[in-house]
Amino acid sequence: MSAVDVLPVDFADEIPGGGTELLTVEHLTMRFGGLVAIDDVSFRAANERITAIIGPNGAGKTTVFNCLTGFYKPTVGRLSLHHPKGDVLLERLEGFRTSQSAGVARTFQNIRLFPRMTVLENLIVAQHNKLMRASGYTVFGLFGMKRYRDAEAAAIELARYWLDRTGLVEKADWDAGNLPYGDQRRLEIARAMCTEPVLLCLDEPAAGLNPRESHELNRLLIYVRDEHRIGVLLIEHDMSVVMEISDHIVVLDYGRKISDGTPEQVREDPAVIRAYLGEPEEIEEHVREALKQDDQGGDTTGEGG
Amino acid sequence: MQHSFAYFLDQLINGLTLGSIYGLIAIGYTMVYGIIGMINFAHGEIFMIGAFISIISFLLLGAAGVTWIPLALFIVLIVAMLLTSVYGWTLERVAYRRLRRSPRLAALITAIGMSIFLQNYVQLLQSARNKPMQPIISGGIEVLQQEDYIVSLSYMQMIIMVLTVVLMVIFSQMIARTPLGRAQRACEQDRDMAALIGVNVDRTISLTFVVGAALASVAGMMFLLYYGVIDFFIGFLAGIKAFTAAVLGGIGSLPGAMLGGLLIGLIEAFWSGYFTVEYKDVAAFSILVLVLIFRPTGLLGKPDIEKV
Amino acid sequence: MTAVAEPGIRLRRLDVPAVLKEAGLTALVIFALTFGLVGFETLDVPGGIDINTRFGDVAAAVAFGFVGRIALILLREHRPLPVLALAPLAAAIMLMLLLSETLFGPETGAVLKAFIPFHDPIVLWSLAIVAVFFSIRAALAVRDMSSGLSLEEREERVDRLGARVQRGARLLGPVLLACALVFPFTPFADRQMLDIAISVLTYVMLGWGLNIVVGLAGLLDLGYVAFYAVGAYSFALLATNLDVSFWVALPFAGAMAATAGVLLGFPVLRLRGDYLAIVTLGFGEMIRIILLNWYTFTGGPDGISGIPRPSFFGLADFARNANHGLTFHEMFGIDYASSQRIIFMFYVILAMAMVVNLFTMRIRRLPIGRAWEALREDEIACRSLGINPRNTKLTAFGIGAMFAGFAGSFFASRLGFISPESFTFIESAVILAIVVLGGFGSQIGVVVAAILLIGLPEIFRELQQYRMLAFGMAMVLIMLWRPRGLLAYREPTIRLGGDRKAGS
Repeated sequence: MSAVDVLPVDFADEIPGGGTELLTVEHLTMRFGGLVAIDDVSFRAANERITAIIGPNGAGKTTVFNCLTGFYKPTVGRLSLHHPKGDVLLERLEGFRTSQSAGVARTFQNIRLFPRMTVLENLIVAQHNKLMRASGYTVFGLFGMKRYRDAEAAAIELARYWLDRTGLVEKADWDAGNLPYGDQRRLEIARAMCTEPVLLCLDEPAAGLNPRESHELNRLLIYVRDEHRIGVLLIEHDMSVVMEISDHIVVLDYGRKISDGTPEQVREDPAVIRAYLGEPEEIEEHVREALKQDDQGGDTTGEGG
Repeated sequence: MQHSFAYFLDQLINGLTLGSIYGLIAIGYTMVYGIIGMINFAHGEIFMIGAFISIISFLLLGAAGVTWIPLALFIVLIVAMLLTSVYGWTLERVAYRRLRRSPRLAALITAIGMSIFLQNYVQLLQSARNKPMQPIISGGIEVLQQEDYIVSLSYMQMIIMVLTVVLMVIFSQMIARTPLGRAQRACEQDRDMAALIGVNVDRTISLTFVVGAALASVAGMMFLLYYGVIDFFIGFLAGIKAFTAAVLGGIGSLPGAMLGGLLIGLIEAFWSGYFTVEYKDVAAFSILVLVLIFRPTGLLGKPDIEKV
Repeated sequence: MTAVAEPGIRLRRLDVPAVLKEAGLTALVIFALTFGLVGFETLDVPGGIDINTRFGDVAAAVAFGFVGRIALILLREHRPLPVLALAPLAAAIMLMLLLSETLFGPETGAVLKAFIPFHDPIVLWSLAIVAVFFSIRAALAVRDMSSGLSLEEREERVDRLGARVQRGARLLGPVLLACALVFPFTPFADRQMLDIAISVLTYVMLGWGLNIVVGLAGLLDLGYVAFYAVGAYSFALLATNLDVSFWVALPFAGAMAATAGVLLGFPVLRLRGDYLAIVTLGFGEMIRIILLNWYTFTGGPDGISGIPRPSFFGLADFARNANHGLTFHEMFGIDYASSQRIIFMFYVILAMAMVVNLFTMRIRRLPIGRAWEALREDEIACRSLGINPRNTKLTAFGIGAMFAGFAGSFFASRLGFISPESFTFIESAVILAIVVLGGFGSQIGVVVAAILLIGLPEIFRELQQYRMLAFGMAMVLIMLWRPRGLLAYREPTIRLGGDRKAGS
């Protein structure tokens, strides 16, 4: 369906958490044959804010990312990115162009680095398009012209900056595949930032991190939001990360949006509690069962509820 | 004459016969690709070895005085299947097993190496010349006559098609019903998980190679009987076309392999019959390219969604 | 059997029946494999085929298999002493039998030679080499076990050895180049050796060209010979029909080949690994079939002949007397020698190959080169970074094809005659093997592999018939031993801690 056919969504005036609109998702639907992965999801994400997309497994979160970053073509939907240079319709863009033209960068659930290239090389590759232009599509580069050498030096500087921010300077010449897990996650984020995006999409960046590493991740993301003034879109299961740094949370379940608001609002939303924990009656039943078993063990505090 | 129905029917019969042979070889490719995700480049050579073992067996039976044809066919079939299967088993065990977790390029190079090795192994042992054999089964029935053109269906063609159908039925049932079949399907989907629930992955893979080799050897025997002459190089071209057939039908799908084989056989027969015979191989390769561009999962395959 | 146990390894009790059973199974498999094709030989007689038996070979193969398996088991179970005792003895006996005529004179020699169990002595040679190999393995095992080092310490030692070899390999490049430069003026550079050297260098150039496609960009191309052919035929047709000289035609041939690369690559480069390999193989075959059958244009199976040899950069001819213009020896005031042309050809191909090499080294440090390597590592990640996979792959494919085209022109000019026979799939396989066996991505590895795979068989001409067999076996063995290739080592293109020159 073309963008023209998608009816505009009547959002409330304010985006939860505030901020100017950066990304507008309207009526996003993704069908794989008979399977509906995402069903009519609409939300907005603001610039200079961290927006988290949460939900139980299988809710369709990564599918949303794949639609936003050009890996899937949405069955229906309009995805508008309000880039400083003009609005871009993401669903129209060919795969790699979402990074090239729209400035949308992403990381992956199962880390995708270039394992046999060094950390520094990973970050230089991220600046490919910029460097290609500076090298005159290789021609200037082949002849060692100054213009390319300067551009390469600038690229190294940017890489060094992000290595510094992510604590990887010491390991800059290591093969990326040899890094410990936590470092690999941070490298992926550094690499995404080297593309100088306007929207950073992170797919479960805290997965597998210990509490100290999660805390550092939080600081990094807040730094990115505040110092670089871009929008951050985050899929996450780790509630300590989500609740601590998100300005705005969107909750999905079975491909549908079931809640959309600030962390405080979402935390209290009965729909969310139901999705994660089950129906109140079910909860009551579970608790009763558990207490009954305690009873049989000799304890006498047996009251349901 | 070319525009008559009789001519068309003739090409059709030729195509189906040739296609059956390709289909049997294609099954080996598709099963191996389904289970370990690699193209067994040397599978064409297995087919060729089956043909050579067949010719040697026929000559020995002839020298031993066995003249009753059905018995001879049966014995050669069993012997060829048995001995060729050993080659299939050894191929996997020696060359491929250790590389299961290596980069795909390493496995491909090994497969190409084994293909070259086996071709030259047979060439050195049996000489590079063509090996002709007196036709054992001749004659047929006349199907149609139009003006002066007689379309006949030879007994050999009938045997090939019937035998192929029988084998297809047996193996489809085997895949669907038996524990081996189930183990195979499990390994195709998720090898590590299958191992965790107790499937003997090594043995399943070995048996897959054995079955594929057995079918290829039948194809080899049929090729020998149908064309009457073999040499050490027949595996190369037949292998590529059979692989094309497997891809056309949908890699991983058994009925797809046979369907693909029949289609390739028909295309080749019709192309040779109605255009030129020199470029018939170009037609087969072109089909491969077109299929991979426009419908990479083949006719009967399931669409592959890229998991990011 | 006692053996020295080492820290960390507990010897299991040797279960003799189980060992015999395992060896017995191996023997049975070898019997099944050899009975049909080795045991019986089809002989071509007038009127059909006759059968000859070679059961002696089968029995010998089975026996050697049995014994060999036992040796492997003993080594596996950390009991190398029996192997160390018996393997060298076996090797000695085999070598004695094989060389009996030189050692003991013709009469005794002939008698002893009858004891060789195989029809073809080459099999016994191979087994002798295997026995030597077992001896070495056993000796190393004994040394390891008595050295008292733990498993970790030993592995560390191997790693350090490996690192030293790699550092040495970087020196090897300039050394080899220096050798190559002076080679034609060394005493043993006779006509035959120069010919072999030119062949090796041609394959080195092709290997370096394919390295861009396979090694850097990770695209499995099994049809590289197609571009070699396009270059050769382009030059041949231009030279024979339009009288274009080698040097003028060279860029055209490269352009034609590059165009072919882009045209062929465009529809198929998005295919995954194995599929791409098969499709490119198909293309290679298609080109060959078209060349074979398009008689009017390409001469069909007769090929194109009368292709002129290159002149001295268009200035002088290498003949004794020139038809028109200067001859080389006149130009430099020296006597005519027939070797002048061939030495010139040597330097031409050396220069062309070095151009490919230097280009590769340079382009790895440019964005497109890094993009190729990144694409090889993870295409999906590349897409997420804004890299256009299709154009990037096409560039690699096209440039690789162009270099093959240059090599093809040289080939045509050197032989003076080309036909589709020279452009079979085996050529693609050989070139791919050179790249992969050398260690894909490794420039030096390509040189080493080319010398081994092309140079050695040429030198040992008598073994010509076994060349392909050994070739196939080498491919398998090297992949099993070192799946990454012999000299696989990736030099980073840029370092934060000081920029070192990117080596081979």
